[in-house]
Amino acid sequence: MTVAHVSLHDVTRVYAGGALGHEVHALGPITLQLQKGEFFAVVGPSGCGKSTLLDLIAGLTPATQGTIEFEGRAIKGTVPDGVGVVFQEDACFPWLTVTGNIAFGLREAGIGGEELQRRLDHALDLMGLRDFARAYPAQLSGGMRQRVCIARTLVLQPRLILLDEPFGALDQQTRLLMGDELLRVWRDTGATVLLITHALDEAAMLADRIAVMSARPGRVLEIVETGWPRERDSRIVAAPSFGEITGRLWRSLRDESLKALGRSPGPS
Amino acid sequence: MTRAAYYRLAFIVAGILLLELLCRTGVIDRLTMQPPSEMVRDLAVLLASGAMNAAMLKTFLNVAVASGVAVVAGIAFGVALHGRRAVRQVLEPLFATYYAIPIYAFYPLLIILFGLGDAPQILIGFALAVVAVIVNTLNGLDRVSRVLVKTARVYRLGPIATALKITLPSAAPYLLTGVRLAVAYAFIGVIGAEFIMSRTGIGYEISFAYNNFDNKIMYPLILLILAVSIAVNAALSQWEKILMRRRSRS
Repeated sequence: MTVAHVSLHDVTRVYAGGALGHEVHALGPITLQLQKGEFFAVVGPSGCGKSTLLDLIAGLTPATQGTIEFEGRAIKGTVPDGVGVVFQEDACFPWLTVTGNIAFGLREAGIGGEELQRRLDHALDLMGLRDFARAYPAQLSGGMRQRVCIARTLVLQPRLILLDEPFGALDQQTRLLMGDELLRVWRDTGATVLLITHALDEAAMLADRIAVMSARPGRVLEIVETGWPRERDSRIVAAPSFGEITGRLWRSLRDESLKALGRSPGPS
Repeated sequence: MTRAAYYRLAFIVAGILLLELLCRTGVIDRLTMQPPSEMVRDLAVLLASGAMNAAMLKTFLNVAVASGVAVVAGIAFGVALHGRRAVRQVLEPLFATYYAIPIYAFYPLLIILFGLGDAPQILIGFALAVVAVIVNTLNGLDRVSRVLVKTARVYRLGPIATALKITLPSAAPYLLTGVRLAVAYAFIGVIGAEFIMSRTGIGYEISFAYNNFDNKIMYPLILLILAVSIAVNAALSQWEKILMRRRSRS
């Protein structure tokens, strides 16, 4: 048996001091393994702790119980080397140009000179940002800004890319196209990708495997395998099995979404 | 320029022309004030003579030191204070009432403590300036989006690197507002202190000229202070505008 790239064992997250001083059990226990190079998506009702799951794997928040490992090493307190994160919110640095944004992490990592230029050029071309290299983020659309954030993450050549609803603020067409770009990046880099999303179709189109999470406290209800070939793009939304997958995701998720809204599930 | 800016300029020019007219027609007598055009000429003569060089150097240097130290200390203190909610709750109401303190009332105390040298003058300038910097730093840091702070952690930046590379650049336009106010307050503090507790500097020279009915020195010096203070302010405010424009959609 191969060692998992990312491995969570009985992980829970409890927040102290909610609105009334109660503890909030946000997540878990979750046991989950991500294989090296796979595209893994997580869907779940709002407030189920999807983003908490990402923060835990990124080392941005500590687990209350259980262990999380990346490449065989326990994650605690800091973001491990080789992990890149893209958030839903606009995380571009508004005081830097597109180039400055993308080069930021490289400069922090002490990479300069020709190597910096080479990676910068590659990222600008890959994300279609060449013409906007000297622009400031405020001059770009939301989709372009998100590309800057993705490019900024990619230049560091992460082995694990964590995406927290990265296309949540974009319109449907842009999301489909950004999905294509993400698939290409995933194929080209060989990185493991974890995508958190509330969009079932997005998960169905992009991922190899999809975890469906329950209402809070979030647990993994089911893992759906899509069976897509590695070479794929957004045109698979027309495939018959695409509808089957989204249908299956929704069947698992419907009751949980109703619970999240505070309603009891109707007769099935 | 916008329409409002044209009117503003016209308003100022009209005021100066009116003053010129009142002086020329004798409504304001010569002993009280010379016409503005003569002030400009007197200032040119005074600057060319070099008689005020030592006073100017001393005052501008003291203003620079007072505002410079206030900016560095104020930003550092603001950064340190920003994350400490309990301490902030104690101090923030004090900042809000700070400018109600008539700081010159303490000048006998400052003379006793620091003597008649530059130190108490710089200190008054600093004391007036520093709180404006702290308040604006806190205001700017409050507006830094949480995702940028999270991003700093993804890049594994420590607290100081996070401040220098993420939160302070993000808050830069607000910091500049603090700097602008700091320079203005430092001018008020230093010049005011020179009036009452100094034997050198532009403030002292103005007060000396006033006591000797020497309008040919007094008004040009007032004009000089006014021009320098406004020029520094305008330059900083232009810089602030450039930063803000970069961040808004064009």
